[in-house]
Amino acid sequence: MPEIPTTFESLTADGVAKAVGRAIPVIATSMRPDVMQAIAAARDTERSERARSILGMMVENNEIAERDHVPLCQDTGTVWVYLEVGEQESVPGNIFSKVNDAVAKAYEESKLRMSVLNDALVNRTNTTNNTPAFTEIGFRPGRGATLHVMLKGGGSDNASRVIMLAPGAGYEGIKAEVVKCAIEKGSNACPPLVIGVGVGATFDKVGGLAKKALLRSVGQPNANPDVAAIEEDLLQAVNATGVGPAGLGGDTTAVAVNVNTAPCHIAALPLAINMGCCAMRSASMELVGE
Amino acid sequence: MSRIKVQLPATIEDLSGLQMGQEVLLSGTIYTMRDAGHARVLDYLKEHGELPFGLSGQALFYAGPTPAAAGRPLGSIGPTTSSRMDFATPALYRAGITVTLGKGKRSQEISQACKKCGSVHFTAVGGVAALLATCVKSSETVAWPELGTEALKKLEIENMPAFVAIDSKGNDIFSNVGRA
Repeated sequence: MPEIPTTFESLTADGVAKAVGRAIPVIATSMRPDVMQAIAAARDTERSERARSILGMMVENNEIAERDHVPLCQDTGTVWVYLEVGEQESVPGNIFSKVNDAVAKAYEESKLRMSVLNDALVNRTNTTNNTPAFTEIGFRPGRGATLHVMLKGGGSDNASRVIMLAPGAGYEGIKAEVVKCAIEKGSNACPPLVIGVGVGATFDKVGGLAKKALLRSVGQPNANPDVAAIEEDLLQAVNATGVGPAGLGGDTTAVAVNVNTAPCHIAALPLAINMGCCAMRSASMELVGE
Repeated sequence: MSRIKVQLPATIEDLSGLQMGQEVLLSGTIYTMRDAGHARVLDYLKEHGELPFGLSGQALFYAGPTPAAAGRPLGSIGPTTSSRMDFATPALYRAGITVTLGKGKRSQEISQACKKCGSVHFTAVGGVAALLATCVKSSETVAWPELGTEALKKLEIENMPAFVAIDSKGNDIFSNVGRA
């Protein structure tokens, strides 16, 4: 994946929009290095000949996409932009309006697919510029800002779920739901998958926990060792299903299960499962005001 | 694994020897059609009793490509989720569609419909759309340009890799993989 420039004269709405605009074509046309590495490694260990052949196609696909600057996947997704602003900073201006302008420009110039409709229910006509982006702002300690950009495919999002479990279901209930989701919907989400799991918070926030888990690199466990052990156990359970690459059988259904947890109500055990596909496209970058 | 060459459009007789799980290379003519197109074609079929645009006997690819790029007719193209078309597919098979190409598992009604009509459903690999685009030799918009990527496009393809997902006996690979 080519490097995305991230230094600006100042941390402004224009600077954020510029960084989004620079990131989109890179993300769309080259695999995340950690995902690429995991898929190449799986190709060498897979026991199924068909699965090895499919994993080989994914490696070859990345070579063609990078060489020809064409999208890894025809579904170049909805754009999700999550900006974590350093609490010492203020970013003047309408950031997300500028981001939408940058998205429209990047999708047109890079010949990406326009996949956004005006309204889900009453106006299913294409906005023709892939806006609006789906945006979120938060705060983190220090100066500068951390910008996360994800191009999320429709098929893998459709294969995702939010379930409000009873606390009594416990970890076994969570594990059963993750495995069930992989069996029922995994083949639609373009495996090998990166699976984001959110546990906790409230009905509206748990989906965000799962989505943010997709940003974490494959092979980088949760900082909490108890959660890290759960991630390993879930990955093993998902791969034991045998769904495999493209859903056609094999050892590699997922390359990672990343879990994020949060506090919650005494009555609650919210669970979200956000499927990320084999062309999991995201980048996280530090923006620095000079 | 040896790959079987399949020429499109294909008749029921051409397809009768294919078996679930076989790796194939698809060549010839195939039409792109997704969610919005299926709704329109199903409406037309109900009203007129036949498929529009001479689609009878043809093959459908559930796909919405990116624009032309890198000197190729399409930048990237790959399969979208087949099961979203399940609402229309049995009627389309009955009306003469002999081949469909998508990704992911489908409802039991589709394997029953394949068995009844002799149609075959193929699955391509999702997430390798730059690779699959190298198999597309030409692309022509036949209808619905206002739908953008969902327009009905006629493609000429050469040696596009896919797998037999549901054969004409109704055997479905997605019901036969996995250990859980």
